Amino acid sequence: MTKLSPGARVYLGIVFIILYAPIFYLIFYSFNSGGTMNNFESFTLEHYQDVFDDSRLLVILINTVIIALLSGLIATVIGTLGAIGIVSVKNKKMRNSILSLNNVLIVSPDVVIGASFLILFTMIGVKLGFTSVLVSHIAFSIPIVVLMVLPKLLEMNTSLIDAAQDLGASKREVLTRVILPYIKPGIFAGFFMAITYSLDDFAVTFFVTGNGFSTLSVEIYSMARAGITLTVNAISGIVFIATVLIVVGYYFVTNRTKVCNTGVQE
Amino acid sequence: MANKAAKGPLFPYIIWIALFVIAPILLVVYYSLLDLNGNFTLANYANFFSSAYLTMTLTSFWYAFLITLFTLIVAYPTAYLLTKTKHKHLWLMFIIIPSWINLLLKTYAFIGIFGLYGPINAFAQSFGIEPTQILFTDFSFIFVAVYIFIPFMIIPIFNALDKLNPTLVYAARDLGANRITTFRRVIFPLTIEGVKSGIQVTFIPALSLFMITRLIAGNQVITLGTAIEQQFLVAQNWGMGSTIAVFLILFMVLIMLFTGQKSKGGRV
Repeated sequence: MTKLSPGARVYLGIVFIILYAPIFYLIFYSFNSGGTMNNFESFTLEHYQDVFDDSRLLVILINTVIIALLSGLIATVIGTLGAIGIVSVKNKKMRNSILSLNNVLIVSPDVVIGASFLILFTMIGVKLGFTSVLVSHIAFSIPIVVLMVLPKLLEMNTSLIDAAQDLGASKREVLTRVILPYIKPGIFAGFFMAITYSLDDFAVTFFVTGNGFSTLSVEIYSMARAGITLTVNAISGIVFIATVLIVVGYYFVTNRTKVCNTGVQE
Repeated sequence: MANKAAKGPLFPYIIWIALFVIAPILLVVYYSLLDLNGNFTLANYANFFSSAYLTMTLTSFWYAFLITLFTLIVAYPTAYLLTKTKHKHLWLMFIIIPSWINLLLKTYAFIGIFGLYGPINAFAQSFGIEPTQILFTDFSFIFVAVYIFIPFMIIPIFNALDKLNPTLVYAARDLGANRITTFRRVIFPLTIEGVKSGIQVTFIPALSLFMITRLIAGNQVITLGTAIEQQFLVAQNWGMGSTIAVFLILFMVLIMLFTGQKSKGGRV
């Protein structure tokens, strides 16, 4: 196609620089032996050492990962089953109202979700802490899983199911041998999105986390409110590397499943 | 018959809808009708219509409007130029990656960048400008919010532009429309759906920001989100907090209706 004009290149360049500068700025100063983010004294890894020496911080990191994986897993199971169920609802009106309800949590502001979940947990009598955070993360991840799985189910040719049934497959076999393999890319995407939602969430967790329990976002918030500590910079360095690894891994996995899928179809 | 058996998988999902979608909304409405002692009252609603809360709501809308506007101004040309690049999906991925870095970390970076001794002030100083406190101003708040929302605005616009049939643009050019007319009469109207969903994902969260206001704007800027957090977690006045939440939900529904309805009408 047409080549970009120099002006266009400069514009895109500036946008990219602005998007990445703060991130690299953080990582750059994570190696600063001076205690601030404005003059670089000499290279050091002591702030990374601090992160790994701080057992409280490590527990928080592990908690964050556990919450993300666990909530992602459970949300994926409930969401996938939900999507399969939604497709089986033949009444158009009913199906649309379920879908609108599904999207409520996606469009709702975090603060409202957090506040209403706080009321809910207090009413039911759930103690604020690990359980409340985990349940909240499952709750706000389910709709995104449904949205990821649903298109795959809708594009699936129903004659595949008919064929399986004609050939004597039981309901269970139809589900595990026909439907699930077909919608696998959607399930993967849903699981991945659920994990990123969980890792990135601050507002909801902030409301429903009690005194004793904390995730990385909430911890960074309280550290940042207290002022600049280069430990946070070191955390951002670690998070950046982890994010890039996850993204690369995700593309690897999805591309491979794509190849597998087309391989099966052809 | 196949239908009935297939309802089984729906069961946990329906429970989820009842417990985490419907119940929370009802609870928020219920709490908005309670005073501090748990008695029924409409005082919270009367309170919301007092001048203090109305001013806060208006300023909150004003900030959200500015944030959305600036985000759109930056994002549209970026998305447009991205669709013209050779490896457009690769470049789009590079736009998306920063949005996956934890929000808190990105916000924290700006505490350093905008600080009194930060790089921006150091840069200004080399031109002989006295360092000023950029942090805790309206400017810093809007800048950081725009920074956060840019990728989320670019994605839907990029998708809309990507779907645009290029022959329509060629046709417009062949029929004598210049670049600006082509954009105004062909490209923009055909990608308006992308712009609308971009506005949706920016404006509603911008109304309810509270983390960025606290960290970047100090206590200078109070949005609806800040007020809810304040009432729930600091003042422990859940009734008033719920009332603000009820209005936030109403605003959200209105915005969805404004930005959503035409897409259905237009497509059919």
